[in-house]
Amino acid sequence: MSDKQLKLNIYSPSRIFYEGEADFVEFVTTEGELGIYPDHIPLTAVVAPGILRITKDGKVREATLLDGFATVLPREITVLSEACEWPEEIDIHRAEEAKIRAERKLAMEQTLRDELALRRALVRIQMASKAK
Amino acid sequence: MASMRDIKRRRGSIESTGQITKAMKLVSTVKLQKAKGRAEESKPYFNHLYETVASIFAKAEPEVKARYITKSAGGKKAFIVISSNRGLAGGYNANVVKTVTGSGFSKDDILVYAVGRKAREALERKGYHIEKDYSEVMNSPLYSDASDIGKDVMEAFEDGRVNEIFVVFTIFKNSVSQIPAQLRLLPTEDPGALSDPNTGAEALMNFEPEAEEALKEIIPKYVSGEIYGALIESLASENGARMQAMDNATNNAEEMIEKLTIQFNRARQGSITQEITEIISGANALNE
Repeated sequence: MSDKQLKLNIYSPSRIFYEGEADFVEFVTTEGELGIYPDHIPLTAVVAPGILRITKDGKVREATLLDGFATVLPREITVLSEACEWPEEIDIHRAEEAKIRAERKLAMEQTLRDELALRRALVRIQMASKAK
Repeated sequence: MASMRDIKRRRGSIESTGQITKAMKLVSTVKLQKAKGRAEESKPYFNHLYETVASIFAKAEPEVKARYITKSAGGKKAFIVISSNRGLAGGYNANVVKTVTGSGFSKDDILVYAVGRKAREALERKGYHIEKDYSEVMNSPLYSDASDIGKDVMEAFEDGRVNEIFVVFTIFKNSVSQIPAQLRLLPTEDPGALSDPNTGAEALMNFEPEAEEALKEIIPKYVSGEIYGALIESLASENGARMQAMDNATNNAEEMIEKLTIQFNRARQGSITQEITEIISGANALNE
């Protein structure tokens, strides 16, 4: 493990989600999965619904990260997201319902909005069942 | 001197007004605490949002800049005006309206997106064009409300119906000081002045996906995020302003009651003195 650490800040409109150090950060962008070690090139990426993994001192913490965008600098990552939650905060019944609702809507008409809703529901369900 | 009855009646009416203002003050104190907590919780998000977007722009390619930063002359301006639905908040609503009228643009160039009944009514009277009204939002602003407003405004911006977006709101400095402000959302303020040169990375920012596409995602988030921030901050300011106004009103009522009590006592004394004088002079007249 290198002695270099990243400063990771995750903010949502209603709270400070995470503020601290990290060795390695993984999340999903619209272009695919992205893993970031310190000294990454400056990058701005749009977040796609997925699971965020924060590795710090050998320990991994997971959370859902459903939208927003991330700005990566060599020593710092700032993620601004409207929807992110720790596994214990997920309401699995609501997510199941959202999944069914989105599937129904998609069966009638393919829209980007419903597809995103379905993906968000799936990520939440995956995270919640993993945490159990 | 006013009669005893008049003074008594006046004092009674001021007393009940004082009771109402006192109750209103207590209510807005509680609401202020709540709104303040919310505003503080979300402040980092908005500060970072603004900074991040500014620094993205600072590092972005010229063709991206042309679209979102360069100011084009003329054209209409969208004004998102945030005020309250209820009055009795001191100068809170009047200050918001004044900020709009004093913005230096002609009435005909401004499209008002009103949040809050008070400013909408005042601006309507003054002959401003109200494009849309979202007043019911102000009762308890949600993030989704802000993104609805943001969507409407962004649509107008992309269509070219407006070429600048402003938000007029009230900065909550502390419980006793609220400052009306006008912030230009798009095009953003000159990023040179905003971005911190110490963040390192003079290198050009890379985008994933391509800059144009990434900004298409980021800019609407930025606009609705900032609107949400303005809504929350305004809500805190509104309750702060009302608390202060009601505190002043209660104090004034108490002062007036005190004054009227003294007046009432004087009047009573006066009338007693007069009665005595009358009785004595009547008795004297009989004795003669």
